[in-house]
Amino acid sequence: MTSAQIEIQLIACIVAVACAIPGTFLVLRKMAMISDAISHSILPGIVIGFFLTEDLNSPWLILLAAFSGILTVVLVEYIQKTGLVKEDTAIGLVFPSLFSIGVILIAKNAGDVHLDVDAVLLGELAFAPFDRMIIGGADMGPKSLWVIGIILLVTLTLLLAFFKELKISTFDKQLAATLGFSPVIMHYGLMTVASVTTVGAFDAVGAILVVALMIAPPAMAYLLTNNLKKMLLIASGFGIIGAILGYWVAHWLDASIAGSITTVLGVLFFLIYMFSPNRGLISVLYRQKRQEVEVHLLTFLLHLQNHSEKSERHINHLNEHINWHKVRAQSVLDLALKNNMITIDDSIISLTEKGKTFTSEAINYIITNKSAAIEEMKDRFFLFRG
Amino acid sequence: MKDKIAIKVDDLTVAYNFKPVLWDVDLSIPEGVLMAIVGPNGAGKSTLIKAMLDIVKPIAGTIEIFGKPYKKQYKEVAYVPQKGSVDWDFPTTALDVVLMGTYGSLGWIKRPGKTEKKEALEALEKVGMLEFRSRQISQLSGGQQQRVFLARALVQKASIYIMDEPFQGVDATTEKAIINILKELRKSGKTVVVVHHDLQTVPEYFDWVTFLNVKKIATGSVKDIFNDDNLTKTYGINYKVSLLQ
Ligand SMILES: Nc1ncnc2c1ncn2[C@@H]1O[C@H](COP(=O)(O)OP(=O)(O)OP(=O)(O)O)[C@@H](O)[C@H]1O
Ligand SMILES: [Mg+2]
Repeated sequence: MTSAQIEIQLIACIVAVACAIPGTFLVLRKMAMISDAISHSILPGIVIGFFLTEDLNSPWLILLAAFSGILTVVLVEYIQKTGLVKEDTAIGLVFPSLFSIGVILIAKNAGDVHLDVDAVLLGELAFAPFDRMIIGGADMGPKSLWVIGIILLVTLTLLLAFFKELKISTFDKQLAATLGFSPVIMHYGLMTVASVTTVGAFDAVGAILVVALMIAPPAMAYLLTNNLKKMLLIASGFGIIGAILGYWVAHWLDASIAGSITTVLGVLFFLIYMFSPNRGLISVLYRQKRQEVEVHLLTFLLHLQNHSEKSERHINHLNEHINWHKVRAQSVLDLALKNNMITIDDSIISLTEKGKTFTSEAINYIITNKSAAIEEMKDRFFLFRG
Repeated sequence: MKDKIAIKVDDLTVAYNFKPVLWDVDLSIPEGVLMAIVGPNGAGKSTLIKAMLDIVKPIAGTIEIFGKPYKKQYKEVAYVPQKGSVDWDFPTTALDVVLMGTYGSLGWIKRPGKTEKKEALEALEKVGMLEFRSRQISQLSGGQQQRVFLARALVQKASIYIMDEPFQGVDATTEKAIINILKELRKSGKTVVVVHHDLQTVPEYFDWVTFLNVKKIATGSVKDIFNDDNLTKTYGINYKVSLLQ
């Protein structure tokens, strides 16, 4: 790898982590759309800042642009508070207006400004290493690495200091307020971090990748864990994986780096959405199926316990009386046999001792509404699950 | 006679969208009582509680907690909301939710440590939810969630406990367990305010009661004021205490 390649990947990884942190809270607050809005409506701030400073990495420009990001949030909330439209509508009203102001400003001054809408939206990570930070004649590395590095450092410090406050104000605003933590301060603090990160990252990676990095990795992490700290770590991890993998896909296909990273993130999300062990689509369907069979098994065992007469315990009776399809009757029967809960003698089914204990215990738990106990009991009795 | 006043409400009027839902309510809750607030749906019971906790802003009137405004006294008050105002999909466990009750006394930046965790586990044990401590909160039943929120209030170690219908959707055993915890709190000198719908159990559970229907109808000891007259005034139809049993 050349040093430029390493620098590009380093920048992409740092951007990924800097985005994953505020992104996690945005996703949990169901505010994913607002990051999209911020990423577009910072444009007028960037343009005005650029006219004033002529430097895309100037701290003044970053502050000015971050300010237009916060202005977006304030405007959205103001419109929403009137009660006339919903939040998504308010977002849809605000950010195109601000974005188009930015576009008009650029068009009006296109002649003498090196700044175009494409660059703002898509960025060009490949060029990031060319813009160097020179202090006293010494080369200190790419400028955008410094900018985003400092932003990440500040974000991390804030996260460590205010983790508990962020958590409680996201989980339960009312409790946060009654315990003396101002949810309003936390809200605007988070919005400020999100805006500053977006602005700091846009020059290197473009607005669209910023949104993808803020939303996709936390959304994946959300599907994998029940713990906020782990969610932050996993989200950062996925961000980094997406950044590095995306870089090499771009290298291999000779395509846009930002575009490749976004695509990789999309593919990763799809895989996790399908295969996540707890909340993934496949495991959810599998669990539903299993519980369905197990409920039928219980119904069947209950029936056996309630009826001593042979006619009620004949195999064919399963089809007729309990009214099950052949397939279902067969799978229930198989499951009961595999778990040694029944014996079949001359087409007559009888409960074994184990089957009897299981059934009585299960009834007991069902009556007292102890679903946790039932799951625990299944683990105890079942050799094979449904 | 109870002498110190825990919560004092003066001339309180609250309106939503300019329509008053509480009119000129005066109320003094003595320290150390276990008090029920009763009244029909929409009477403004939850609103009264929220005003006490500074969650809704009144258009007139004042509220004092031990003689000072809520902002200065929030550490003295623990609140169990009617239908958790929480984000149920949040990645957090029952134990974690209870731990959040300790955040108030920790203040800004400081993190909960071993002591707080121990307190949280004890509170979970008290409400009979210890075995569910690592369960994601959305995977608890309604009554179990209610108990977790009670545990969260317990670790706040407040002087005043305010609960909005803690018995809603809770089975008889749990209801008994909760009321025993509340009676224990009163015994240790705490003030407990509970919005309650089951009129039948008022005399058995509570020693103090407030009748509310937009205006305050009556407030005082259950012995003195829990009678046909006040029930009728509050609920509009002819009510008889004797018919409740
Ligand atoms: N956020 C709100 N905006 C507008 N109106 C509200 C709001 N919250 C409550 N109200 C109205 O205020 C009145 C009092 O509501 P409140 O929730 O205090 O009643 P409650 O006595 O707690 O009723 P319940 O027994 O059903 O819980 C009701 O008419 C209700 O419709
Ligand atoms: Mg209510």
